[in-house]
Amino acid sequence: MRKLQEWDARSVAEVIESRGETTVVLPREYLFPVAQYLATEPSLKFSFLSDIATVDRFPLEPRFEVNYQLLAIDLALRLRLKVKLAGNDPVIRSVFPIWPNADWHERENFDLFGIRFEGHPNLRRILLPDEWEGHPLRKDYPTEGFR
Amino acid sequence: MGSTHTIETVAGASPSMVLNMGPQHPSTHGVLRVVLELEGETVMKADPQIGYLHTGIEKSCEAKTYSQAITLTDRIDYLAPLSNNLGYCLAAEKLIGLEVPKRAQYIRVLLTELTRITSHLVWLGTHAIDLGAMSVFLYSFREREEIMKIYEYVSGQRMMTSYFRIGGLALEPPPGWLERVQRVVESLPGHIDEYEDLLTENRIWIARTKGVGMLSATDAIALGASGPLLRGSGVPYDIRKVFPYSSYDEFDFKVQTATAGDCYARYQVRVAEIRESLKIVRQAMEKIPSEGPFCAEAPGVIPPSREEMKTSIEGLIYHFKIWTEGFSPPRGEVYQAIESPRGELGVFMASDGSPKPYRVHFRAPSFVNLQSLRKLCEGRLIADVVACIGTTDIVLGEVDR
Repeated sequence: MRKLQEWDARSVAEVIESRGETTVVLPREYLFPVAQYLATEPSLKFSFLSDIATVDRFPLEPRFEVNYQLLAIDLALRLRLKVKLAGNDPVIRSVFPIWPNADWHERENFDLFGIRFEGHPNLRRILLPDEWEGHPLRKDYPTEGFR
Repeated sequence: MGSTHTIETVAGASPSMVLNMGPQHPSTHGVLRVVLELEGETVMKADPQIGYLHTGIEKSCEAKTYSQAITLTDRIDYLAPLSNNLGYCLAAEKLIGLEVPKRAQYIRVLLTELTRITSHLVWLGTHAIDLGAMSVFLYSFREREEIMKIYEYVSGQRMMTSYFRIGGLALEPPPGWLERVQRVVESLPGHIDEYEDLLTENRIWIARTKGVGMLSATDAIALGASGPLLRGSGVPYDIRKVFPYSSYDEFDFKVQTATAGDCYARYQVRVAEIRESLKIVRQAMEKIPSEGPFCAEAPGVIPPSREEMKTSIEGLIYHFKIWTEGFSPPRGEVYQAIESPRGELGVFMASDGSPKPYRVHFRAPSFVNLQSLRKLCEGRLIADVVACIGTTDIVLGEVDR
């Protein structure tokens, strides 16, 4: 955490320590450089991307929160990166070049939330059929579907 | 899930054939479809297509109270229901800040280790049958059934147990259940020796698994693989050791690894894990106190006992409130990971202060591990694809959720 602030203080918008977990809130444009730094810096090596999970805060703005769960296996350290995205522009740079397993995680978030990951090589729906309309995990999508 | 599939052909390259495997193929363990690009019988590219079993569990959770959603977690990974229950409950407990009594923690450990054994037994049986060894399947299901009977005795259900609840367990375990566990623990090591007699030095088994489905440690980490898939490549990452939960730090066990990174190495890891789990079960049996609370004491979160509900007014009020409205954890987000039989099962839970989870996300180990199938199959024969699917140990219910 301190390392990150030393590296580039502008990259960190907010740090949340809660229930023994550390969350770093980042501005959208800093996600990719910060991720790259965390994954490659030899003293940290967050080489393992556990998960990407989005939360829809509809009707609040910025509406979407994309959470990246990182893991440094050698240090036994977990870190969560959070990026907030506006509802009318849910676009973020893909971290696929850093962690290849982001491939399916990003496709899942695109499928269920409609987050667009720029630079993803194959951003298609993954769980739902290609012709599906809407993104079901959004809060304005009714649980029983549209009738 | 895609209804159509196109693979770009490279100009000048020899013509390749696209073959569709599944979703109704017996070796896909459910409804997995793999699009294979072949040159002769060699797989150039394998592209798994998923989603055929998508049931929207994460969305359904948002419409239920925290306690009600436990029943949905059974159905994610139906071969390891108790592991899912545990992951979900731990996440909710972390959110509330609830301390679970030691007795309940030990019982949880014992039952989740039994779950790991049943899950690995199913894996062993189906993997062997995929590769042509019929008898192992019959034996391993016989032993699995004995453990399923324990589930039924303890929780009332063979598969959809929902036995772990937020704060502890659903019920006091019935009298005599530990004797039943004891019987399984005594007979199982001999049975595992039987399986090993059938497979470990079996020439066909070795020919079908050794050197097949290679995954290096670097690739495994880059692909986010966890569980035996990662440990079979020599990375000793086990959440029970690295981030202990539910008192795992009080148990003495070893993280099983193998360095070869092929199907045979993963077979060795899983068989060794069954033995290691038995060790933990034995320790847990000694540790579990015969008396003590099976659930935390937290009015307003944990339902009162029957007796309390019928004799005290507070008990009645809490009973009514919990079962009609639920309880409201404070706002916040947590990520809780456990070592499920398949790898890192993470539960991301966000609360907005209402009685229903605002968002629940399951980081399903099968979903992530399946991504490495492409790597495992590259350049191998079609027959090896079957071995590679088997060795990733996926449960499609968990892949698609």
